Amino acid sequence: MRDIAVISFAQTPMRRRVEELNEVEMLMPAIHDALRQVDMTIDDIGFTCSGSTDYLAGTAFSFVSTLDGVGPWPPIQESHVEMDGAWALYEAWVKLQIGEIDTALVYGYAKSSPGDLPMVLTRQLDPITVGPLWPDSVSMAALQARSLLDAGKATEEQFAEVAARSRRNALDNPNAQLAWDRSAADVLAEDYLVAPLRRSDCAPIIDGAAAIVLAAGDVARSKVTRPAWIRGIDHRVEPIHLGLRDLTVSESTRTAAAKAGVADGPIDVAELHAPFTSQELILAEALGLGDQTSINPSGGALSANPMMTAGLILIGEVANRISSGDANRGVAHATSGPCLQQNLVCVLEGEN
Amino acid sequence: MAETREITLPASLRDVEPVRSVRTPAQLDYEFTAGDAASRFLRGITQKRIIGQQAPGGNVYVPPRGADPELGQPTPIEVEVAQVGTVTSFCVVNLQFYGSVMEIPYVSALILLDGADLSVMHLIQEIPADQVRIGMRVEAVWRDDEDLEPTMESIKWFRPTGEPDDVDVRIPGEAHGTGLGSWPGGVAPTEALVRNPRTGQGGEH
Repeated sequence: MRDIAVISFAQTPMRRRVEELNEVEMLMPAIHDALRQVDMTIDDIGFTCSGSTDYLAGTAFSFVSTLDGVGPWPPIQESHVEMDGAWALYEAWVKLQIGEIDTALVYGYAKSSPGDLPMVLTRQLDPITVGPLWPDSVSMAALQARSLLDAGKATEEQFAEVAARSRRNALDNPNAQLAWDRSAADVLAEDYLVAPLRRSDCAPIIDGAAAIVLAAGDVARSKVTRPAWIRGIDHRVEPIHLGLRDLTVSESTRTAAAKAGVADGPIDVAELHAPFTSQELILAEALGLGDQTSINPSGGALSANPMMTAGLILIGEVANRISSGDANRGVAHATSGPCLQQNLVCVLEGEN
Repeated sequence: MAETREITLPASLRDVEPVRSVRTPAQLDYEFTAGDAASRFLRGITQKRIIGQQAPGGNVYVPPRGADPELGQPTPIEVEVAQVGTVTSFCVVNLQFYGSVMEIPYVSALILLDGADLSVMHLIQEIPADQVRIGMRVEAVWRDDEDLEPTMESIKWFRPTGEPDDVDVRIPGEAHGTGLGSWPGGVAPTEALVRNPRTGQGGEH
């Protein structure tokens, strides 16, 4: 296996609505910034892969237009996934493993503000038996949170603690959208949004973009002093029907974590893609995280959750902390589908 | 050969006709964002001006979409283009498409406006469909001033100017091909064959 590292990461400031720009105008600064950080242009990149979905902004062939921002001329090797950019990163990692190229550009973006996101997400559900009921994503997550409470595995107080801690951490993140210092008790005093979830238990809806540059072996070492090496990466998927799964655990995350080697060493920092507080508890358990791990110091998805991008951002956040020397080994997680249906786990480490 | 299994229905369903299909209407509403580049272009349309955009060193794009796809850069330079141009391709539409108010047959065409580097798509009217040809010179026909809106429909259509044809009109993309068998010499563009617009290197084209 080749050693592949994250050598740069850039994101746009996360905002509720980016009204004045279209998708390519919003995305370009992230791509340019990620390349500029390592003094590269598209001509230095062997493979480009992106994650996005046209359903969010209601723009047909959006992902084709956003490729304009990369400058794909002369023609480039390129691919796209209708997934979070974390999966685009996985595809780029596989491409780099094959050995014909040494660098890759990965990006993800979404403008969710033009549409009604919870309704748009119903289109990913079974079209015959579930979709026609239009069960919004918040209600689906609430079903899972209810299962967790009824199983005695968590309390609403614990949900509120996650909500408070995440937004407090986000105060140190200039890119986060939701950052405040309020107590868990304040959160518990809120009315339910969709019981048992309160508004503070849910991620904000965001327009934003992010980009990462990957490089192999010595190319990575020549570009940055302390590359964040990908030591393991894996993703697993569960059945889409909620009734076919135990919603209080995340088996796919547990399996992906085992395959990625999470337990092979200490985890200094973990960035978990949990758009709902209840899901962070499930993920922390599935990953086997203990007290020595700092969870979501960036504020996580609860502070900024651009669709198709949040998972990629969390990989970037862990990579940044490793590159800066603040952490030595970390895990980033990304999720997709209703109630943690599909999960990707990435273990990153610095070289000492 | 796959094993087939008998499916036994519960008694209450035995005489019920099986469901063979379901209709699941779905509608999602969006508030579309034109973006900065397209908004500036459309505002120009309300003033009866056709304003393309380019990146430094790049092509003039009409309508602009926010990025120069060859350079991978924004297009901040505004270039007003002429309201006359040359037909670079066209088709004759014989089907009544849903929502179309056009009388068939009508002509849909790609028009290279003077000053632009890429063709814009619009309608050709005021000439029999079978007389439209590549190289024909055409001019924009606008709606009345009070009906101008930020939409390409503020230009009702293009009509022939009567000038002599530009038979040598540059067809955008002909230099490096547009796919589907159009590659020059039958060879698809590669890094070696295509000029890199950022470095200026390479390229027979």
